[in-house]
Amino acid sequence: MDFRELTALELGKKIKNREISAREAVKYTLEQIEKKEKSCHAFLHVMEKYAYAQARKVEEGQKEGRFQGPLAGVPIAVKDNICIKGVPATCASRMLENFVPTYTAEAVRRLEEAGMIPIGKTNMDEFAMGSTTETSAFGPTYNPWNKNHVPGGSSGGSCAAVASGEVLCALGSDTGGSIRQPSGHCGVTGLKPTYGSVSRYGLIAYGSSLDQIGPIGKNVEDCTAILEILAGKDEKDATSMERKEETYADFDGEGICGMKIGIPKEYLMEGIAEGVKSEFMEAVRVLTEQGAIVEFFSLGLVDYTIPAYYIIASAEASSNLERFDGVKYGFRSSGYEGLHEMYKKTRSEGFGAEVKRRIMLGSFVLSSGYYDAYYLKALRVKGMIQKSFQKAFQKYDVLLAPAAPDTAPAIGTSLEDPLKMYLGDIYTVAVNLAGLPGISVPCGLDEKGLPVGIQFIGDCFQEKQMLRAARAYEKARGDFLLPYEQDREGE
Amino acid sequence: MKQEYETVIGLEVHVELATRTKIFCGCSTRFGAEPNTQTCPVCTGMPGSLPVLNKQVVEFAVAAGLAANCKIRNVCKFDRKNYFYPDNPQNYQISQLYLPICYDGWVEIQTESGTKKVRIHEMHMEEDAGKLIHDEWEDCSLVDYNRSGVPLIEIVSEPDMRNAEEVIAYLEKLRMMMQYLGVSDCKLQEGSMRADVNLSVRKAGSSELGTRTEMKNLNSFKAIARAIEGEKERQIELLEAGKPVIQETRRWDDNKESSRAMRSKEDAKDYRYFPDPDLPPVLVSEEWIAQIKSRQPQLREEKAAYFQEEYGLSSYDAGILTESKHLADLFEETAVLSRQPKKAANWFMGELLRLRKEEGMEPEEIQFTPGHLSDLILMQERGEINNQTAKDVFKKIFKEDLDPIPYIEEHHLKIVKDSQMISGIVEEVLKQNPDSVEQYRNGKEKVMGFFVGQVMKKTKGKADPAEVSKCLKEKLAEF
Repeated sequence: MDFRELTALELGKKIKNREISAREAVKYTLEQIEKKEKSCHAFLHVMEKYAYAQARKVEEGQKEGRFQGPLAGVPIAVKDNICIKGVPATCASRMLENFVPTYTAEAVRRLEEAGMIPIGKTNMDEFAMGSTTETSAFGPTYNPWNKNHVPGGSSGGSCAAVASGEVLCALGSDTGGSIRQPSGHCGVTGLKPTYGSVSRYGLIAYGSSLDQIGPIGKNVEDCTAILEILAGKDEKDATSMERKEETYADFDGEGICGMKIGIPKEYLMEGIAEGVKSEFMEAVRVLTEQGAIVEFFSLGLVDYTIPAYYIIASAEASSNLERFDGVKYGFRSSGYEGLHEMYKKTRSEGFGAEVKRRIMLGSFVLSSGYYDAYYLKALRVKGMIQKSFQKAFQKYDVLLAPAAPDTAPAIGTSLEDPLKMYLGDIYTVAVNLAGLPGISVPCGLDEKGLPVGIQFIGDCFQEKQMLRAARAYEKARGDFLLPYEQDREGE
Repeated sequence: MKQEYETVIGLEVHVELATRTKIFCGCSTRFGAEPNTQTCPVCTGMPGSLPVLNKQVVEFAVAAGLAANCKIRNVCKFDRKNYFYPDNPQNYQISQLYLPICYDGWVEIQTESGTKKVRIHEMHMEEDAGKLIHDEWEDCSLVDYNRSGVPLIEIVSEPDMRNAEEVIAYLEKLRMMMQYLGVSDCKLQEGSMRADVNLSVRKAGSSELGTRTEMKNLNSFKAIARAIEGEKERQIELLEAGKPVIQETRRWDDNKESSRAMRSKEDAKDYRYFPDPDLPPVLVSEEWIAQIKSRQPQLREEKAAYFQEEYGLSSYDAGILTESKHLADLFEETAVLSRQPKKAANWFMGELLRLRKEEGMEPEEIQFTPGHLSDLILMQERGEINNQTAKDVFKKIFKEDLDPIPYIEEHHLKIVKDSQMISGIVEEVLKQNPDSVEQYRNGKEKVMGFFVGQVMKKTKGKADPAEVSKCLKEKLAEF
């Protein structure tokens, strides 16, 4: 039996039916990781012992009738900015190289309660700041479609781990597109829930008002099943919200015939690669064929989105990252005279260039005399963007956008021009500013043979509608084989 | 000739709230525990941890605001104040800058020169920092995060005070208010009430404010009074010498009775305040405010008036007994239990104050069960013990919270009314002193006192004096 053909739900079913044990699932996954890591480098830490212990707990629990959920026993990779008690959480930074959390994130706790098995911590851009996973202090992750290309970021490790077949599903985090963009670049499905759906307790913060944890998997159904486990109010996160939907999976209904889908026309006007545009338009054709009513409309404010996002995210990051000072945990520089120098050396040596750039940017926009001109103005833009989305959702059930203007760039070509890299977030950041849910689904390959992602955007807490559209599209599109699945076809 | 100067003073007072748990996590706020035993990921600033607001903090802040005639914001927010220091585990303090919960209030203070209103600019909620301990011996610094996240309210006054007397009266007023509300114990020694003094001087009659300084590290009312005097003199000297006062923060050294500059306005920290994205706005509905209002306890002035009216105390006694909420509570409970408010007041105003002074105790340090004192008062009322016994036993109640009933029983301290026993002793005394009996018969009635004294001596003072003299007269007539 080759597990790789399976989806997470299919594996869960086999475990439930006792065709496969949770321990076998762990063993198989560890073998895959062992085999692929050299060429992929998706993981920073593999949790062999931890995973076996959890598998045993699940197996024993199942004998007593517990762990009856659809994903019990299924291994899952976890982005390295999410805390698991006793397991390193480095955020791909020297600063936290030796940091081991004393508690487990609520999201992971819920997964474990449902019997899922955390198997390893995945590579990412340092502190989730970046779009390529190249800012990781521990080396880049390679795109399973083409080793010379990046997997996107910041959840590049999680997406590459799924795309390479190391795992069937993973957790990522999304502040400005960090789940959806790398999912697009890796040809996998990535879901960013509505802000407040999933507890952030235990997610090492980047931009607190934008951060959301979400699932990455091989298809819409798997992501939906994981969201079912994750979503809900957590008393430990004051920004988490009471869940409205009892279930998000509503796929067997009437499909998308008559569903109104809007496309912000600004998104296709300039800066978009031809290969992406043509695949996107092909997807639009598929949706229309299914009976959806697809229209272009003007969202407006698009030029202000990136500046507003980088001001707000950097401002929050500059404050969130203050706690990394060498006093309590993590890295402390050696050889310093006094407190001030300890701070200075620790932070100079512990943080990478991109993190420092955003800390400086964020500190600047919050400093007295500039606060009104930058931060407050950015907050006002955020409010206006929220309004323009509200207006759009009065007319449309779901919105559609590319996941990124281009497919994955080659390794080593992005970091020298950060401004250009920031502009690559154009299709994803507005969703975070407005707090909306979004899901990236693969829709084809460009001329370089790299995957293109299409993004479905829902109204706040309207995941159900968005997932129905994404699922209907996925079905109509037909199989989208990952590289390892294609290899098998040739065998 | 030296011109007349006026001193202008405003205060920033930090009050530690007496909640059971911290402001943003469930850790205990108990004072004096082993270092870092009352901590969790939230109050030690662990990566990924998040603050969740303690509702009790909001209720206490609103209660304090209402007592100080403040307006209460229906929507208020928390902001982050960013600065690096090891006692502050996140390197930002969660406080309120833009929308504090209470604003625009006032309190009335009393001084020798009469009553005066001091306006309150605002009251806001914030978290306390941990404690740094510098170990000189090991040459290292240690940090204890037990206090990190303990809730505070900061009360900012307008610059309405003119001298140390007014400042002390204002602080006393706030302290009383907080204690009576039960929102804080306001112990200066434990740091649960801290004050920073903003002071400037100007020529008398001028309406413009001079350049002010902020004085920190004031650990007692006495230190505050001394610091005000010192800073006033320093600023006047500068102005007289034609030098400017520099806007700066100064640290008071009470041992040296002088201050030194910590930082000037130019190198003042930029705290980069911004709304904390982890905490949604705090909604305080009118219904909630009304609920808190309906639960407000009597404050000092009301309590004192009540004591006069209900228990017939003098205004002076009521004033002293309400000087501390703790003392007032002890008194009231004793008065209610014994139904002898006047007697209770006598004990509190007399022996209790005397012993407190003798021991140098703060009112809060007095700990005894009001029921014990009530029992003592009742025994005295029933004539079961004499005054000396009552005094001795009171001392034991005061010092060790002794239960008087079993103690008096065990030590046979009750007045003896047993006439048979008394008459036996009287006979003994008369027999042993035939000369005195003779004198009595010869009309020297003064020896009666001698006989009583002898009987008392033999009974160790426990015999009922009335019974003794009655018996003596009878026996002497028989003799």
